[in-house]
Amino acid sequence: MSGFRYAVSDTLVLAKRSLLRIPRAPDLLLSFTVQPIMFVLLFAYVFGGAISTPGYSYIDFLMPGIIVQTMSFGGFITALGLSEDLKKGLIDRFRSLPMSRGAVLAGRTLADVGTNSISIAVMLVVGTIAGFSFGAPFLHIVAGILLLLLFGYAFSWVFAFVGLTSSSPEAAQSLGFIVIFPLTFVSSAFVPVESMPAALQAFAEVNPFTIVVDAMRSLFLGAPAGNNVWGALAWSLGIIAVFAFLSVQRYKRAVTR
Amino acid sequence: MDADFAIEAEGLRKSYKDVRALDGVDLRVPAGTVLGLLGPNGAGKTTAVRILTTLLPPDGGSARVAGLDVARQAPQLRRQIGLAGQYAAVDENLTGAENLEMVGRLYHLPKGEPRARAAELLERFDLSDAADRLVRTYSGGMRRRLDLAAALVARPPVLFLDEPTTGLDPRSRIALWETIEGRVAEGTTVLLTTQYLDEADRLADRISVIDRGHVIAEGSSDELKDQLGGERLDVTLEDEADTEAAIAALEPIAAEHPTLVDGVLRMPIHQRKGTIAEAVRRLNDAGIGIDDVAMRRPSLDEVFLTLTGHALEPEDEGDGEEGER
Repeated sequence: MSGFRYAVSDTLVLAKRSLLRIPRAPDLLLSFTVQPIMFVLLFAYVFGGAISTPGYSYIDFLMPGIIVQTMSFGGFITALGLSEDLKKGLIDRFRSLPMSRGAVLAGRTLADVGTNSISIAVMLVVGTIAGFSFGAPFLHIVAGILLLLLFGYAFSWVFAFVGLTSSSPEAAQSLGFIVIFPLTFVSSAFVPVESMPAALQAFAEVNPFTIVVDAMRSLFLGAPAGNNVWGALAWSLGIIAVFAFLSVQRYKRAVTR
Repeated sequence: MDADFAIEAEGLRKSYKDVRALDGVDLRVPAGTVLGLLGPNGAGKTTAVRILTTLLPPDGGSARVAGLDVARQAPQLRRQIGLAGQYAAVDENLTGAENLEMVGRLYHLPKGEPRARAAELLERFDLSDAADRLVRTYSGGMRRRLDLAAALVARPPVLFLDEPTTGLDPRSRIALWETIEGRVAEGTTVLLTTQYLDEADRLADRISVIDRGHVIAEGSSDELKDQLGGERLDVTLEDEADTEAAIAALEPIAAEHPTLVDGVLRMPIHQRKGTIAEAVRRLNDAGIGIDDVAMRRPSLDEVFLTLTGHALEPEDEGDGEEGER
């Protein structure tokens, strides 16, 4: 078997391992099912009435944004898992095996695509019950879901790097949230950018979250797309390239602490 | 380098910031034997294992395992080794069987083999009943056994065991020792680190005592004990006032001048055979009352204390080896 086939089979073995964890330690299940439901309901019913979104009902405006935000956090399972593997000596074992160097990371990030898919499905169901409806052709909607998964996958690599560099699972989790949470709010995800003070507005307009959320609004709602879909694709691929490289470099030197 | 050595390291050096974890370590393990790497916490044992298993690049020196260079031939080398660490490095959310199968797949064993091998090892390690239980329900001893089983999945010719029994209860320790002995009987080469002298004494063909990044003594358990003076005779007198007379009587059969240590007359001897009878006869002839006579061999504990006792002294230049030896 060639090196590439080994890399693929190793990755699948480890992705399966990550996914098996979920039914067996169901505490994690809450974070990508109940938590997104809670966010949708809180934003739709608590803030919804106070935020003016010209051209759209608030639930239609909200859904693309809140799903993008959820995607960006989905990767915390990777950070948590890697950090635990480091602590428990599993990374030492994996690195002593004749397996592909990137497979531990690729397996974890691939498993996140699975859990992110569940999150998207749950949120769309809850959103629809709360009044959300698609306003775009079917193929655009499918493309939108794929873009969401790609963007989530990119952030899994960010979290992979965080998990390998932070000192404990708890630190990995909070570091991720401290960096990413504000970024998602200073964007077009929850309010129209035009409603922000000038300085924030300037930042929000170049924030990749704004680009991805706007791309999703065009794919789900038929809003004018501009270059946003291509921009979102470029950001996702760029983040994957940079953080996959950094993470694999880090992994090659990682030893149990 | 010599093909007869399964593990061969020369001048290994490794520093973390300002701590010298390894400062020129040489190791040679003939194929099919067990080397015990003995040392206190922080001596550099784990660092040595990590370098030899390709987890850590050395700052200097070179090492070969199964004839393969740790730096240049790491991917091939990893196929030849098994590692069981201080932590039971197994996934708590998988079952015992799933853990071993996963490791078998990652060693790229042929199709069907990972499952068969998992069943075989679970049986051998007395874990068959727990094969389909999640590892987080296992006891500490069971986890260690599973960890060792994982290291054996690919039948590696060279096995690295980093403190394999630390924290185990005595029964589990003995069971693990028996398993390791079984592997060695089948021809596996083992490098074992331990802080337990009885473990090194029982399992290791040769022992390297390591302290503060240096190998400070090397040899078989017997050789190390001989370095400390070999066998000796301890005589307790009924009356300490007889000491001078007893020394005069025993001097001819002692290898060195007898000394009084804590009320016990202690002397190294030339040979074991007949010495006790001879000592008793001489003391009787001199009319000296005896409370107790015993032949003693220094324990590995004493060897270790003596060796590291030196090394732990503040001045480390010259590695002064004088003193009570």
